[in-house]
Amino acid sequence: MQPDKVSIQAEAEKLLAQFRAAGATLVEADILQPAETLLDLYGEDIRGRAYVTSDPLRGEMMLRPDFTVPVVQMHMAQGADPARYCYRGEVFRKQEHAGTRPSEFLQVGYEVFDRANASAADAEVFALFTDLLAPLGLRASTGDIGILMAAVQGLGTSAPRKAALMRHIWRPRRFRALLDRFGGRSPVPEARAQMLAQLAAAPVEELLDRAGPFTGLRGPNEIAARVAQLIEDAKTPPIAAGEVDLLDDLLALRDKAPAALECLRDLAVDMPSLGPAVDGFDARLVALDERGVDVGNLDFEASYGRTTLEYYDGFVFGFYCETRPDLPPVASGGRYDALTRVLGQGRSIPAVGGIIRPGIVAMLKGA
Amino acid sequence: MLKLGVPSKGRLMEKTFEWFGERGITMRRNGSEREYSGAVEGVDGVELVLLSAGEIPRELAAGRIHMGVTGSDLVREKLADWPDQVEDLTPMGFGHADLIIAVPVAWIDVETLDDLDAAASAFRARHGFRLRIATKYHRLVREYLRENGVADYQLVDSQGATEGTVKNLTAEAIADITSTGETLRANHLKILNCPPVHRSQAMLFAARGADWEGAPLVALEAMLDRLGLPRPDGF
Repeated sequence: MQPDKVSIQAEAEKLLAQFRAAGATLVEADILQPAETLLDLYGEDIRGRAYVTSDPLRGEMMLRPDFTVPVVQMHMAQGADPARYCYRGEVFRKQEHAGTRPSEFLQVGYEVFDRANASAADAEVFALFTDLLAPLGLRASTGDIGILMAAVQGLGTSAPRKAALMRHIWRPRRFRALLDRFGGRSPVPEARAQMLAQLAAAPVEELLDRAGPFTGLRGPNEIAARVAQLIEDAKTPPIAAGEVDLLDDLLALRDKAPAALECLRDLAVDMPSLGPAVDGFDARLVALDERGVDVGNLDFEASYGRTTLEYYDGFVFGFYCETRPDLPPVASGGRYDALTRVLGQGRSIPAVGGIIRPGIVAMLKGA
Repeated sequence: MLKLGVPSKGRLMEKTFEWFGERGITMRRNGSEREYSGAVEGVDGVELVLLSAGEIPRELAAGRIHMGVTGSDLVREKLADWPDQVEDLTPMGFGHADLIIAVPVAWIDVETLDDLDAAASAFRARHGFRLRIATKYHRLVREYLRENGVADYQLVDSQGATEGTVKNLTAEAIADITSTGETLRANHLKILNCPPVHRSQAMLFAARGADWEGAPLVALEAMLDRLGLPRPDGF
């Protein structure tokens, strides 16, 4: 049964009090957020999911789809270092499909900005969430986007190919297609082969002249640069089959954390670029254990978090009710160091945090 | 009465009248060219409602009309979860148009969606904002590009003269309905080498949310019988 708003509010206040007791400063954020920042960060998908409205003076505004961006902005503008914040309030998500998912719901969040020790901060957030949610008997999933990024960076291929794979870590199907192509597993598509033949037929200036009148903002130099890159790419040898196999093993890795660590250590022997990220994973498990988390029973999935919003770039986690697979995660979060760099105008700070949905907590408690 | 919404002007209206006429249902406008009401003969209990084709999806979704003729592109664009809101009874074989993505002809390095994605990435790095695609079909284009793993773009709204946006530097590419391609050529644009976002044509729809109780259902049965169509599920 859907709990009423009063009991959801009460649940939110309880969670918030626990976040404050853990040392976080309470912050608030505007409900109306400038659409431009969010669109630039998240891309078109957020426009499909957020309520966009227009303000006569401030232009396109969004009803806040989450707190992370305003909290990071606030911290980067004036925050103490280190800092811990908590917040609670409504977030708004358009639902494109009929169903029971609400288009407006409460979030209670906890964010840690701390340069000192990433593993300790990861463990602090996860252990806190584990304790708060313990009565609900949820299953936790964890992953580490940083390990995937390290694996891609370590591939023996060209920088543009690595960059293309990095961009699409969050789009698993596209990532797969690119990896198969770069690994020589799938043939060069016919359209690409034809285009390469045409591009090789004459100097790029001549081809541009022949193509027809120039129009638009994307300049001839930009086109020529990509033509050169395409020709270069066609000469790039495929990624060695062994490396693609290792990456496949990594992507498929799904085990309890200690066994996953063993497996990652094995992979790192053949893929040395994984080393620092695996050391970080190891250190996190130690820190989690010190915080009292049952690490031996902790699920780890290397591909976990690949379909979330793309600002997570390290530890990622979610808490799920196994008897209610229809529900969204009760809580979720992760590390987003790169986001602070994007929003920090040249400055950055390691950050990790997460949110709990008190509406779902209240529902599960009432059930 | 069963309210049947049909496009209020132009070729779409003429073709709709023709299509029903060939199946023994005669439609005509009342009085002057300017009066938006009409009459139906051949099936009892049907009232003609002349509407802009673009408003027919909304009227169907609200249940203010029972049936309607409009482009499949408009229904998919304007209605979330469209199969839950309307039933497509039959394609009508006219009003064909493809929703396509087009880029400047000078983009000799862009032929496919993969190329568009790569160009968008480089464009964003260079210009500091996402590559802009002008369209009025936001939902369809966004879903299509997401499905095909294109990132680093943004949609900018263009309700008309979309092909001109590239020259005017308000967009780098466009997504629009094209039936001939002449306007594209005249604006130095070429269609990407990929399946269209949507192949549109005029279709006859029935509204799931309309009040079908009594007379409208009787008229629907008579109409389907005349058109040789089966009764759809849920009606």
